[in-house]
Amino acid sequence: MNPLAGSDRFRGNCPNCGAPIQFTFLQAVQTVCKFCQSVLVRQGVDLQLVGKVADPLIDASPIQLGTEGQYGGQAFQVVGRIVYEYSGGRWNEWYLAFSNGTFGWLSDAQLEYAISFPVQSTAPAQATRGVQVALGKELFTVTTFTRARYIGVEGDMPFTTWDKTESNFLDLRSANQRFATVDYSEQPPLVFTGNLVDYDELKLRNVKQFEGWQ
Amino acid sequence: MKVRAIECPNCGGSVELRGYSHSLSAVCIQCLTVIDTSHPQLTILKQLQDANRVRPLLPLGSRGRFGGKLFEIIGMQERQIMVDGTTYSWQEYLLFNPYAGFRYLSVYRGHWNFIEPAKGLPETTTRLGKPALKYQGETYRHFQTAEAETSFAMGEFPWKLEVGQKVTVKDYIAPPKLLSEEITADEVTYSVGTYQTGEEIAKAFALTTPLPPATGVFANQQAPAANLGSAWSTFVLLLLGLFVLSIILKVISRNEVVFDQRLHYSSADKESAKVTDIFELKGRTSNVEIESETDLSNDWMYLDMSLINTETGQAWDFGREVSYYSGTDSDGRWTEGNPKDSVNIPSVPSGKYYLRIDPDMSDDAGLHSASYTIKVTRDVPKFWLLWLAVPLLMLPALWRTIKRGTFETQRWAESDYATSSSSSDDDDD
Repeated sequence: MNPLAGSDRFRGNCPNCGAPIQFTFLQAVQTVCKFCQSVLVRQGVDLQLVGKVADPLIDASPIQLGTEGQYGGQAFQVVGRIVYEYSGGRWNEWYLAFSNGTFGWLSDAQLEYAISFPVQSTAPAQATRGVQVALGKELFTVTTFTRARYIGVEGDMPFTTWDKTESNFLDLRSANQRFATVDYSEQPPLVFTGNLVDYDELKLRNVKQFEGWQ
Repeated sequence: MKVRAIECPNCGGSVELRGYSHSLSAVCIQCLTVIDTSHPQLTILKQLQDANRVRPLLPLGSRGRFGGKLFEIIGMQERQIMVDGTTYSWQEYLLFNPYAGFRYLSVYRGHWNFIEPAKGLPETTTRLGKPALKYQGETYRHFQTAEAETSFAMGEFPWKLEVGQKVTVKDYIAPPKLLSEEITADEVTYSVGTYQTGEEIAKAFALTTPLPPATGVFANQQAPAANLGSAWSTFVLLLLGLFVLSIILKVISRNEVVFDQRLHYSSADKESAKVTDIFELKGRTSNVEIESETDLSNDWMYLDMSLINTETGQAWDFGREVSYYSGTDSDGRWTEGNPKDSVNIPSVPSGKYYLRIDPDMSDDAGLHSASYTIKVTRDVPKFWLLWLAVPLLMLPALWRTIKRGTFETQRWAESDYATSSSSSDDDDD
């Protein structure tokens, strides 16, 4: 079932500016008001104002809310975004709603792209570079350990981010272009596995335009 | 989105950021200040020395096409390594496409590489006892480990440019591919380069003037006779062709025994010459093989023979000496000679023939005698003529293999595995 098509998606009004709010997918719990940048969390039938996005997220990712693409034979739409900052710069995690009802993340770190999906797996409490770790049924090698700050959020989220400021991440790779990341912001840690992808593979539409490039 | 410009915190000059917010540092071209552009409050990272200024072969802002995709040069670094007290430097260009991301071009002495970030994680292995990396089904042999540092830079970079800081670079090769491992305190990154000629780069950027020509042999340059395998498989194919030819030869040859008779000779015979029955040689003009098999033992026999055409009287005269000796000495049993003999007469026309045979044997130490069989075969296939072609057919592949060997020696002379003599030779040029 297409999660974006349901008529029972949450509707309401922004408690700050009164603008109409409609969640893009059924399972969403947090959104950002497009008009006043208020971060809103669903509380039963109400919307609660929990904060404001301080930094307007001006960046050079070609991806934006509403960008559509394809992966693994399924169409997806970008419905949300988290921006993280670490010592080496910023990166985006775009939340993808797939037409078959599943959800995934498209990570865009200075235009290096990876698609991943949540998996049920225990994660190591910590690990150093080069160590091999089994996640799900696969073997990965730890490449980087990152401490990152939450810089901003946009669109709809399946969990709340407003209450988080910092988190640790473990990035892992395998020989066959497989990619994994462990997010230690939750207990137990969240594990995602997927693939490193080329921009062209995703057949993205409704992307940002850059002057002088088409 | 538009390209934005910042103001150099040192000289106030305008610095364009073509890489948008991906650029974390940029060099002010007026005053050579490296600016931290990751935050709105621009800070100075470093001051570059004007003495180190280099002219890029490809100007910043140039756009070129790789794999059908357009990229713009937004940064250039001069990087260097020190090997045995000699500094080697090369240029590294940063290519940018706002959708596909970052790629690199490197150039050293006219040898170019188009470099992409590696997606998979290479696995360590060994090849011929040396360290190697396995990546996407290919084995890359370790070529060189060096401490590289940036000595000069222009443009902008999606990282904080560190000038004068050393990083360990390990190069692994599987020509025309080059797998580089860059090791810093924080991370290990892998990238894959593909060798490009100056002509290919000039074409990608639609340059009107050619780039400087390449000198020497580069680490991942493909050997000129690159496809040794195909040269050898061509040879194998030609061998197969020869084999087919020999089958055809076998099939079309009559290989027909036209005369086979046992004869006897004794030195006591007064009139030794014998004339055989008439036999017919059929078919096209071709060879005739005459085999003689004797029962000689520690003796010799001389057969003076003529093949004579009954109709035209044309004769082919030939003499054969057959001898066979054997015995035992301190080294054991020995033999010398062969009781059998065979002779082949080429280009004999068809017709009716007979043989005139005049045997002769030693007349000392009493009576000598021998029995011998004369066998005449028409049109015997001559395979050895075909196999004579084998070394000739092998020549191109062999030549390429030798040339390749020389090329490989030149290649590895620049590596960590150079033999001491050749490496010092090459260091000087």
